Amino acid sequence: MVMKIIRNFARRLFSGLFKKRGEIKLGFYGPPNAGKTSLANKICQDWIGEDLGSVSKIPHETREIQFKEKVEIEKDGKKIEFKLVDTPGIATKIDFEDFLKFNLGKKEAKERAKEATQGIIESIKWLDDMDAVVVVIDSSVNPYSQVNVTIIGNLAARKIPVLIVANKIDLKKSDVKKISGAFPEYDVVGISAKSGKNMEEFYEALFKLVKKV
Amino acid sequence: MKTKKSVKKSKKGVSDLTIHFMPYSEIAYEDALGRIKKIMGIVLQNKVILLQGKLKSEEETKLIEHTMTLIGNIPGFQGVEIATISNDFGKNLFNKVRHNIARILIGEHDSVTIIGPASVVKEIQRDPKKIEFMLKKR
Repeated sequence: MVMKIIRNFARRLFSGLFKKRGEIKLGFYGPPNAGKTSLANKICQDWIGEDLGSVSKIPHETREIQFKEKVEIEKDGKKIEFKLVDTPGIATKIDFEDFLKFNLGKKEAKERAKEATQGIIESIKWLDDMDAVVVVIDSSVNPYSQVNVTIIGNLAARKIPVLIVANKIDLKKSDVKKISGAFPEYDVVGISAKSGKNMEEFYEALFKLVKKV
Repeated sequence: MKTKKSVKKSKKGVSDLTIHFMPYSEIAYEDALGRIKKIMGIVLQNKVILLQGKLKSEEETKLIEHTMTLIGNIPGFQGVEIATISNDFGKNLFNKVRHNIARILIGEHDSVTIIGPASVVKEIQRDPKKIEFMLKKR
């Protein structure tokens, strides 16, 4: 028994000493249609020249966790390898009838709703596995939603470093200051994943975030 | 004829709304699962809960997970609308410390949470100082 404890302790000590820093698991969280996949795609396009997932105007387009491994980002001569984890948007309600407005058939809409509920459960389960998280919020809508508060509150409770991205700054209604005001304890960077505006600022903030991991 | 029917319907809709006030003491000694069960039991009766206090963020995610498992399995259930409003202590350190001590002693009494079924509550709009909830037309 004593030998087993000593052996486990030694193993943990040596694996900790000689462990090579692997890629950083970077999660993209937020409500549906905030632009999580658009941002993940933009990063992938910038650094490996391919997309991570499909985007759509219909909410809950991402209904399964999607990854892109070995995404190496370089800034001022410093390279960091990421595993990008794009998650389904978190919501507290899903009504299949909302999808009918986007010309989906009833059967397809019901299937989409079912998959979306499972996707939300998956997103929540994956929270524990992240090294750092980018919370993507649509800067043209009210940021004081309980979903935003819940996601950020959970990450804080798990001590996972957070960067808030105020996306869609290309829209007229965009208000980045309102998002900074809603979450004063966090770094907020305003970008447009669609047009690529302010991506340099985003990468700078991302490197700053990684220092906290 | 059509107008008459819709008026009747909307009258029925208004009389259907029940707000259940839940004092914090009702959930204070429950664990996370107990709290969620108690809340969902009331929400599934199509009632809106006005909770004194708030859930922990981990409890909120558990509530969302539980809600998602019910959508599609309970006819007509579309999920919940939820919003919490708390005192904002800003950056004043003294106020924050005072609030944290009070919270340890008496719990999360300075917050109010509204939880309602999405089939009844259309939207809850929240800003730092107020909550407005809009009901669905029935």
